[in-house]
Amino acid sequence: MTFRRSILPILTVVVALVVIWYGAAIKMNSTWTFDQAARAGTSPSLSEVIGDTMQQSRPLLPVPHQVVSELWKTTVEKKITSKRSLVYQGFITLKTTLWGFALGIVIGVGLAAIIVLSRIGRLSLMPWAIISQTIPIVALAPIIVILSNAAGAGTLLVPKAIIAAYLSFFPVMVSMVKGLSSPDHMQLDLLRTYGAGPRAVFWKLRVPASMPYFFASLKVSVAAAFVGAVVGELSTSAIAGLGARMLIGSQFGEPMIMWAALFAAAILAGLLIVTIGGLEQILRRAMGGRPV
Amino acid sequence: MRQKDTQFERIAYPVGFGLLVLVLWEIGVHLFNVSPALLPAPSAIGAAIASSAAILWGDWVQTVLKGALNGIWMGSLAGIALALVVDRFVFLKRGLMPVANFFAALPIVGLAPIMVMWFGFDWHSKAAVVAIMVFFPMLVNTLAGLSAADTMQRDLMRTYAAGHVATLMKLRIPAALPFVFTGLKISTTLALIGAIVAEYFGSPIRGMGFRITTEMGRLATDMVWAEIFISALTGTALYGLVALIEKRVTFWHPSHRG
Repeated sequence: MTFRRSILPILTVVVALVVIWYGAAIKMNSTWTFDQAARAGTSPSLSEVIGDTMQQSRPLLPVPHQVVSELWKTTVEKKITSKRSLVYQGFITLKTTLWGFALGIVIGVGLAAIIVLSRIGRLSLMPWAIISQTIPIVALAPIIVILSNAAGAGTLLVPKAIIAAYLSFFPVMVSMVKGLSSPDHMQLDLLRTYGAGPRAVFWKLRVPASMPYFFASLKVSVAAAFVGAVVGELSTSAIAGLGARMLIGSQFGEPMIMWAALFAAAILAGLLIVTIGGLEQILRRAMGGRPV
Repeated sequence: MRQKDTQFERIAYPVGFGLLVLVLWEIGVHLFNVSPALLPAPSAIGAAIASSAAILWGDWVQTVLKGALNGIWMGSLAGIALALVVDRFVFLKRGLMPVANFFAALPIVGLAPIMVMWFGFDWHSKAAVVAIMVFFPMLVNTLAGLSAADTMQRDLMRTYAAGHVATLMKLRIPAALPFVFTGLKISTTLALIGAIVAEYFGSPIRGMGFRITTEMGRLATDMVWAEIFISALTGTALYGLVALIEKRVTFWHPSHRG
């Protein structure tokens, strides 16, 4: 039943997207083909036009199999140590993502703890946390680069990780605020009858109660960290990473490089989300939660 | 257990915290003699905003009015329209929902260089990037919203002999509005990011992203901060505007009542 209920519809949509893509590619690339033909003084037949639109070296929109073969060339056939290998570049982006993700979790949980424990903290920090997400981080990116350089960070990894963390702390914070304040009056009162101090209430009641909320936020947060890592690479003129490949492709007018990097980014994002989702399930079960 | 926050506290604390940061920043810069190329004092940034208001206005029109806003309306209308169509077909909905959710999590901003290649340096390419970035969250949220009305309410509409269109207009679209506004709130933030990043890949000689890169190259950091201030203000104002409209339009929703 799952096949007919979920896999079949998804496959249909994906196939439809690929068909639309082929159509669009043929339409968009044919302009160039006709230009070339007019210059050569020939009039190509329909099949010649379609054939040509699928094998231009700098197409407006490469067809799917061109992108797949470019991906294959730059992942499997290139040595991993090569700068042209997307595995190598993806690894750099992944490193940024994970650092940003970790930093985002620490900041998110820390802010949530302050907000839940202190009234002044909640009143003064919460609005700014929301405002922080409405500020376009890309505008801040160059400033983050020079400030972290001045603070002694040798590489671009630090500013890129900060940008990733800037986007990824928010989902964790929102979830943790909800989670840490999820114990109700009955439970808080019970702990008070035990004579528990605020510290014990926090560690023995609030923190365990917040765990499901914490795990639920991780998937959103890692996706945000990944977007942040790519945005960071695009806006700090990085020289390595998938975002940097897009920059290079743009500067040298090589659309294939851009598309391959774009798809590598999509695949990596999918892998990250699936991995974190799986990890979330395992941890939830290990902590005694019911499987969802 | 907790005392209730008064309206005064809800405004005074965040404003006070913001001012405190500004004052510490100003004092810190003067105290440690930080080079203005590295970190200008807030007063210097204020002076830069005042002295180059005309340039900032031109950048703002180019990036926000032409790039971001055009992208937002195109992307959201397309997202909502597709959601309304897809909603009629259960099969399509089951297939599209996971795909759109996946796309919404991707760094779509990476399309920026390709859009610049397709649509040129002016605001059209920026609007295109923004429209694609905005499209997926709008589609996903509208689709989720359209299934927000529960079976009981739909059955009630059926007992009234309401057809698909009447049910849509009177029950399901109103019920979907809170979700649509959530999508719009996400969109306002994404839109500014998209419009500014796309300018890094080529733009006419105005625009906030263009100004940030060129002034950074000249180490005119106060001007960069001025643009950051304007973009922060714009982002917050757009978000606030959507929230305000939401409050007016979905006044019946539990989160806005009392």
